[in-house]
Amino acid sequence: MPEWLDDFLWTYQNLVHALGINGLLALSMYVVLAVGQLSLGQAAFMGLGAYSSVLLTLKLDLPFLAVLPLSCVAPVLFALAIGVPTLRLSGVYLAIATIGLGEVLRAVYLNVDWLGGALGLSGIPGRAESWMIFGLLGVAILALWAVGRSAIGRAMAAIREDETAAQVMGINLARYRLGALLASAVLAGLAGALGAHSSSFIGPNEYGFEPAVTILSFALLGGIGTPLGPVVGAWILTLLPEVLRGFSDLRLVFNGVIIVLAVLFLPEGLLALRMRRHAA
Amino acid sequence: MTTLLRTLALTLHYAGLFAVDRVDLNVQPGSVHALIGPNGAGKTTLFNLISGLVAPTEGTVLFRGLDVTSLPADRRTALGLARTFQTSRIFGAMTVLENVLTGLQPRCFAGLIATVLRTPAFYREERALVARARDTLHMVGLSARADLPAATLPHGEQRLLEIARAIAPEPALLLLDEPAAGMNPAETAALANLVRRIRDLGTSVLLVEHDMGFVMDISDAVTVLNFGRCIFQGTPAAARQAPEVMEAYLGQKVAARLAARAPRMTV
Repeated sequence: MPEWLDDFLWTYQNLVHALGINGLLALSMYVVLAVGQLSLGQAAFMGLGAYSSVLLTLKLDLPFLAVLPLSCVAPVLFALAIGVPTLRLSGVYLAIATIGLGEVLRAVYLNVDWLGGALGLSGIPGRAESWMIFGLLGVAILALWAVGRSAIGRAMAAIREDETAAQVMGINLARYRLGALLASAVLAGLAGALGAHSSSFIGPNEYGFEPAVTILSFALLGGIGTPLGPVVGAWILTLLPEVLRGFSDLRLVFNGVIIVLAVLFLPEGLLALRMRRHAA
Repeated sequence: MTTLLRTLALTLHYAGLFAVDRVDLNVQPGSVHALIGPNGAGKTTLFNLISGLVAPTEGTVLFRGLDVTSLPADRRTALGLARTFQTSRIFGAMTVLENVLTGLQPRCFAGLIATVLRTPAFYREERALVARARDTLHMVGLSARADLPAATLPHGEQRLLEIARAIAPEPALLLLDEPAAGMNPAETAALANLVRRIRDLGTSVLLVEHDMGFVMDISDAVTVLNFGRCIFQGTPAAARQAPEVMEAYLGQKVAARLAARAPRMTV
């Protein structure tokens, strides 16, 4: 690695890691939106990944490359428990259930002693490397892009446009919605484990309602025409607070204004490019 | 030959109102079968029951000899049932070709892993799907529109696209809900030819239509519904002269007067 890049990464490591991790979170939101569902559980899935990975590291001292895949287990199990009953129905049931999940888990983290309670868990070794974060982000973007340009992607687009017509095309709505939610749980779980192992500390409030809304705003700003849209949205909303450091108290206001403006004037997001799905 | 589609005492009632009341319908393979009746007779509701979008209160739906009454719509599609809607429900944001490709969903077998890894099998399937979709567009005369966003097509072409999307996987039975609605006479004549060609290629057609000229022209069999009941089943020629059909459309008094004046008066 050239020296200047090494220096740069050293100085801005937290920010660089945050860009990659928020990119993964944005993609985890994207897969759910891509089948026309709304989830506010991305932060909760991330928290499950973070807490389970930290326990595996601190209590069992497993190597990080083993911890990383295992950190997806808890989010996937919770996604199944929530998705199977709610995704058979059309409407906002998933959104409501996932808000509930986030709040319940927050209460659990706060009140269970071996999860650190309100103090959270600290002393986490910084084992998340930039190459892991950006490697996974790259693989996720490529995989989602490949899926988007295929029969599976066409089925997802059909569900988004007209559920009844999609069903009559032979598309099993529940199966696609559940598959998307599970993929989303995996991505959020990985992001949680990577985030925890690059920040040395995790606490209950990092995975509540507010981060859930921030993750949604990544996708709203970037648009869901391609998987790149949400990642660009995440990067803008991650860099913006750094640029606006002087207005510390107003940062959330800026985020809110951006979301409102994006919804009003850019309903398809910044990257309104639409993929050509038919030609593989 | 066995009956392709059969409903046995199929019934749907909402809070005491019988939308569909003990309907026994038989659609023979290789036929164009028309379902007619005054507004509110339950034709579209019967379509929803047959395609699986609405569950019946009582009764049975047999499709290709299988009891599909409890199967969801997507499973019935996989068995070879296809339909269009009364107001067209194309995917407006997709291109015309993508709409037809989406209709080919029952022929898509590439799994997630093959899709992500872009295996040769994935490309082979995708090429076969595109070729089939282009053939279907050619058949309905929309080849030149393949790459346009579907929402930009005029009304008549959107209806043709919906038919193309439905017939692309070569279903055994196609349900057409008022295909000629809003079409001019030339378009209607072309549609009649298309329906005949669909039948000749091996897809039976069950259609709801108010354009009687169109119905009499292309149907092999006619079923008349009124107030959710099946009041007539037979050939188009017999339907023209059946007093109960005339009554359903014109009311008892007018029908009786017409019958007295001109015995061969048609509906």
